[in-house]
Amino acid sequence: MSELQLKILELLKEDSRRDAELLATMLDADTEAVRQAIQDLEEKNIIVKYATVVNWAKVSQEKVTAIIEVQISPERDHGFDAIAERIYLYPEVKSVYLMSGAYDLQVEVEGRGLHEIASFVSNKLSTLERVLSTKTFFILKKYKQDGIIFEDRQGDHRMIVSP
Amino acid sequence: MKRYITPLVQSIPPSGIRKFFDLASGSKDIISLGVGEPDFVTPWRFRDAAVNGLELGRTSYTHNAGLPELREEIANYLHKSFGVKYEPKDEVLVTVGGSEAIDLALRALIAPGDEVLIPEPSYVSYSPIVSIIGGVANGIETFAKDQFKLTAESLEAAITPRTKVLIVSYPSNPTGGIMTREDWEPIAKLVEKHDLIVISDEIYAELTYGSKHVSFASLPGMHDRTIIVSGFSKAFAMTGWRIGYACGHPDIIGAMLKIHQYTIMCAPIMAQLAAMEALRNGMEEKDRMMESYNQRRRLIVKGFRDIGLDCHEPQGAFYAFPSIAKTGLTSDEFATRLLLEGKVAAVPGNVFGKGGEGFVRCSYATSVANITQALERIDQFVQSLRIVAH
Repeated sequence: MSELQLKILELLKEDSRRDAELLATMLDADTEAVRQAIQDLEEKNIIVKYATVVNWAKVSQEKVTAIIEVQISPERDHGFDAIAERIYLYPEVKSVYLMSGAYDLQVEVEGRGLHEIASFVSNKLSTLERVLSTKTFFILKKYKQDGIIFEDRQGDHRMIVSP
Repeated sequence: MKRYITPLVQSIPPSGIRKFFDLASGSKDIISLGVGEPDFVTPWRFRDAAVNGLELGRTSYTHNAGLPELREEIANYLHKSFGVKYEPKDEVLVTVGGSEAIDLALRALIAPGDEVLIPEPSYVSYSPIVSIIGGVANGIETFAKDQFKLTAESLEAAITPRTKVLIVSYPSNPTGGIMTREDWEPIAKLVEKHDLIVISDEIYAELTYGSKHVSFASLPGMHDRTIIVSGFSKAFAMTGWRIGYACGHPDIIGAMLKIHQYTIMCAPIMAQLAAMEALRNGMEEKDRMMESYNQRRRLIVKGFRDIGLDCHEPQGAFYAFPSIAKTGLTSDEFATRLLLEGKVAAVPGNVFGKGGEGFVRCSYATSVANITQALERIDQFVQSLRIVAH
């Protein structure tokens, strides 16, 4: 990975709508070189997607999110990967991490209510072969996600004009 | 009650920035490029050092000159970063912001009638402080064609038998101009020749783009003739903490300390603790902020040039100083109308003294989104002027 690509990633992480021309100006680079670098990052799947961070708590259509700790017995040859894939293919699953420590997979599930998540856990997740146990924790409030504070109280408190 | 105020203080005009502040504060939906301080909040670990100090009960006075450990860190830092050596014991004084250090230095050096030279456009405080003390402040005009550098010819022309002090401040607020070693050399010769003392306000020393800052004190023979004034406000995003310092010859620092101990006693201890953490473990944070300023600097300079305003390349600080002469408006008219019609606050160049007319100061210590939108608004405003003119 080049220095330029690293810098581009940092700036896009702050705001993915920044275009090649703006990035080129900020980084004192050639616009075409920036365009190439971004294309390369996309092709290598380093830039996976340009997504939006949404504060769903402010949307009337309420969503419920739960973190589920899952213990599994790994498969010969495939380890945890095959069962992880089996789980992450469910559309209600938002993230899956392989963890060190007391359990194996951390699964984040989103639903329209408690019942949806409950039924996912009992009907789909628990019934999978090799899933030994699950522990479900409902998220009550999101304060910060991906480094972004939802209700930022820091703001800009500076005086509007100063010497 | 005006009659009780001394004629001297009455004669000093209020800051031109103040008038603009009042105007801007009364308007709505303004994007401000008028702010002379970082847009970063003080990095968490510096704040935490102050909190930790409070929890441990560090709430006392400190040594008048500042915590000995902090003075040591300041001396180490100046040596490592700019190659200038100071003895922490009697050549370093911790002050309430760089502002206090400037005031102390001038009060220690200037007797009524002594003349002080100030290259302008410059920071707004020097000349009023000189006047309050009874000195005579004389501006030396610098020009965009010279990248607002101080030239030996203009300095020599301004020196009189009463000239005692030269105040230099590079990187410059408001112009973004800097002085290289080559630029300084002929200045140092004149300082020697005319037996001047130099107050070098190096508050923006860490904010240079391209070439590293050259401290005036690092020039041959200039160590004892220079008082370095600096602080933590800009590089470490610590404006509200009010921690600065002065370094120089023990005789001068000693004289400044005398005034400081009677008027201020010492800088607040919790802010000194935070500053110490900044010097010990804050360089990475500082570099991160620096890089971000540089990215925004490129954006705003290109923006002004695309709009068709001449903008010299600022080499330091966080201000662009575009020329608005083409619009046919004065700085004050331009800035006032830009505020009221274009909804962007910038500071008219004339408030910074000689050579400032025809320019506006635009701080890029604000978000990329703000800069982009402000540039769009300025573009529209400048175009609206053209339509009227034709």
